[in-house]
Amino acid sequence: MITLTVNGKRREVNAPEEMPLLWALRDELDLKGTKFGCGVAQCGACTVHIDGEATRACVTPIGSLDGAKITTIEGIGETREGQALQAAWLELDVMQCGYCQAGQIMTAAALLAKTPKPDDTAIDDAMEGNLCRCATYKRIRAAIKSASGQPVDDLRSA
Amino acid sequence: METTRRLFLQAGAGIGGGLMLGFGFARAEGAQALTDYVSIAPDGRITIMAKNPEIGQGAKTMLPILIAEELDADWTKVRIATAPSDEARYGAQFAGGSMTTTMNWEPMRQVGAAARWLLIEAAARKLSASHDAFTTAKGQVVHESGKTFAYGELAADAAKLTPPAADSLKLKDPKDFKLIGQSQNGYDSPKIVRGEPIFGIDMTLPGMVYAVYVKSPVYGARLQACDLTAAKAMPGVTDVFILKGTDWHGLQDGIAILAKSWWYAQNARTALEPVWDDAVGAPHDSAVYLEKAKALVKGTGEVKQQSGDIDAALKSAAKMVDAFYDVPFLAHVPMEPQNCTARVTASGVEIWAPTQVPNDGKALVGKTLGVPPETVNVHMRRAGGGFGRRLENDYMAEVAAIAQKAGKPVKLVWSREDDVAHDFFRPGCYHNLRAGVDAAGKLTAYACHSVTFSRDGQVAQGAGIDGNAFAPLVTPNFRLEQSLIETTIPTGYLRAPSSNALAFVHESFWDEIAHAAGQDPVAFRLAQLDAHLNDKANYNPARMRAVLQTVAKRSNWGKTKLPKGEGLGVATYFSHRGYFAEVAQVRVADDGQWRVLKVWAVGDVGSHIINPTGALNQVEGSVMDGIGSMEAEITFEKGRAVQSNFHEIPMMRMPKAPQVDVHFVTSDFPPTGLGEPALPPVIPAVANAIFAATGIRIRKLPILPETLITKQMASA
Ligand code: FES
Ligand code: FES
Repeated sequence: MITLTVNGKRREVNAPEEMPLLWALRDELDLKGTKFGCGVAQCGACTVHIDGEATRACVTPIGSLDGAKITTIEGIGETREGQALQAAWLELDVMQCGYCQAGQIMTAAALLAKTPKPDDTAIDDAMEGNLCRCATYKRIRAAIKSASGQPVDDLRSA
Repeated sequence: METTRRLFLQAGAGIGGGLMLGFGFARAEGAQALTDYVSIAPDGRITIMAKNPEIGQGAKTMLPILIAEELDADWTKVRIATAPSDEARYGAQFAGGSMTTTMNWEPMRQVGAAARWLLIEAAARKLSASHDAFTTAKGQVVHESGKTFAYGELAADAAKLTPPAADSLKLKDPKDFKLIGQSQNGYDSPKIVRGEPIFGIDMTLPGMVYAVYVKSPVYGARLQACDLTAAKAMPGVTDVFILKGTDWHGLQDGIAILAKSWWYAQNARTALEPVWDDAVGAPHDSAVYLEKAKALVKGTGEVKQQSGDIDAALKSAAKMVDAFYDVPFLAHVPMEPQNCTARVTASGVEIWAPTQVPNDGKALVGKTLGVPPETVNVHMRRAGGGFGRRLENDYMAEVAAIAQKAGKPVKLVWSREDDVAHDFFRPGCYHNLRAGVDAAGKLTAYACHSVTFSRDGQVAQGAGIDGNAFAPLVTPNFRLEQSLIETTIPTGYLRAPSSNALAFVHESFWDEIAHAAGQDPVAFRLAQLDAHLNDKANYNPARMRAVLQTVAKRSNWGKTKLPKGEGLGVATYFSHRGYFAEVAQVRVADDGQWRVLKVWAVGDVGSHIINPTGALNQVEGSVMDGIGSMEAEITFEKGRAVQSNFHEIPMMRMPKAPQVDVHFVTSDFPPTGLGEPALPPVIPAVANAIFAATGIRIRKLPILPETLITKQMASA
């Protein structure tokens, strides 16, 4: 039995230590907001926070998480950044299929927690690992800026 | 197809005494069944059914907007539900071909107008007044005396009335539209940002087990033997069994591993050592395909289209352009891996699927299990992208067969590696193009010999090469020849099928011709269009001219001085009934790394942009998707895909995402779809911009940075 602290609650998981957190969340704890996209840390769909760090749950074994604080998309609305990002995502109607967006919001929330007003380069660096197959990047960039109280223009050279 | 159907409608009492309005699409032969699109509760809440799958193009929001517009519903009080899949009751239900808008623009507005008519009629009877003395506004029927009724008050009475014939309904004058043309957010978006379980892969059923299905990476290989003992002993595994393949679109030979949760099943794959007879794949190699194609274009192919005297025209040309283009296979890789959930009982089969074609799935599952398709019910789940991959229901056939044998509900989830290995790939293609220009710089001849792929002797799915409407229209002497390479690799339809390859080939070549003729690429295209403005063809030159002129203006074409290493390129393309002209600004660094800085996209998709925020999102995404595809390819060795996951399939990511300026030109034609037509022209626009920046002509995708350095250094 492994004990995980997810969104402030202690949860027991009866599974081997090597089970990736992604599958413990989705199938054992019925928290399906965290998404499976690649399984090899290449797409960011499974991004969660572990002690505040954006982390790929698909390659994080639950055995490594003793005492760690895990936050998922289901809990991110409890944080200031998460709330602001969710509101901006809706205000700018970012979604197409929406499948990647939980991971995008989680990565963006970790960015804003460290860098309250990220510029375009900081956004590029932080978000590069999060694939959006529908390519809603223009709106993701704008929503991050809007959530951090900045004008939404893309200021990279063009 | 659209014109042989008409609407029948019938009102009826809804749950709680409200109005439920059903519309059936009857086929020409008169088959008819009824269902419910609109229901109004006594408290005024309106539920509207979205009839088509939602795969990310916003159909679930757009279709109800059409109904709500004519109904004069208060949009803030509208609830949207996904309809059951039942074509007898709902008509065609699919997400593909950018057809949702085209096919539903009129019928869905008629649904709304009929509901409104019934509510007015109920009010008219209440007041013993004339139907014509009423109007509606935001969920209310208003009498000319000023007396108003909330829709909810009238719903029970309206439900007892007989609605008029659909084509007798008067639709709104567009100047009175209140919702159409105003941006409405995606209906499911609040759920998405909270991580609610609304996707196919989020489905759960009581007593469900999880499955993986192990197939040969070589398509068409047969399973010879596999010892299941070790896999059965793996932790969490509940069962392992072998299934025999039945259909190249559906179930193939494989081994099902069932477990108490998905990771256990996935983990147990390592305990299998299947023996495949995969000789079938041996001849199928990307390098072999290329050699075959190069040989084939030297000969003659089947003539698909011909006008004038191409040989004479080429011979007498003052200048000839001759080029070989090479386009790779591509994978769809929608963000949500293939998955499906099924329950098979004696009374029928229940399927929960992210699919673009639910009703095709019923037929396939019926065939696979040997049960009547009518006993198969497919519930449409939100899909994490489609891009054409989910026009195939192979995962649905697999899970149905697994669940039947397991005797309990099963959720099948493919790994990303399964998804890449077992795609229905966008087929590659090869083209030899020749064009002749006279001494005055006028185009006189255009010949194309295309080599594409066949399956069982027929042009393979998604491999058609005759989708370019511009060149044959504007060229006096034209010929299109086709040669085929037989393949066992499954091919299919990728977003803007055929066009996504043909636009690159023909529109890049068009740029080559313009340069050979010593003309500006925009002016050269405008001249061709101008000469054919009155031609009555599928392709409307006037519409294309308008978008091309607009994009030239918006991008300041011909008027910008760019720094060294940067260039602008232009291309146009007509596909899926949409006209798009796009300009790309590209920067190529000394080391050959290239990046698109900005794209201007101008489109004409008819008289109205129904939901502007969704429309813009589609164009922005299509443009970036197209550019991303210019770095990707799938290659084959002995019938198996070499690439396996995103580390080997480059896609558009945030740092390379260009700025996109989107503009719509409206025209007098009925609105058409936007899932696809903005994608094809961006690829040649970028390739042409790279030429403008470097003098290097891109005739092969993907673009590798090293090919941009060598030549740059050689020319320096
Ligand atoms: S699923 Fe974890 S990064 Fe893709
Ligand atoms: S919205 Fe579809 S993958 Fe990002």
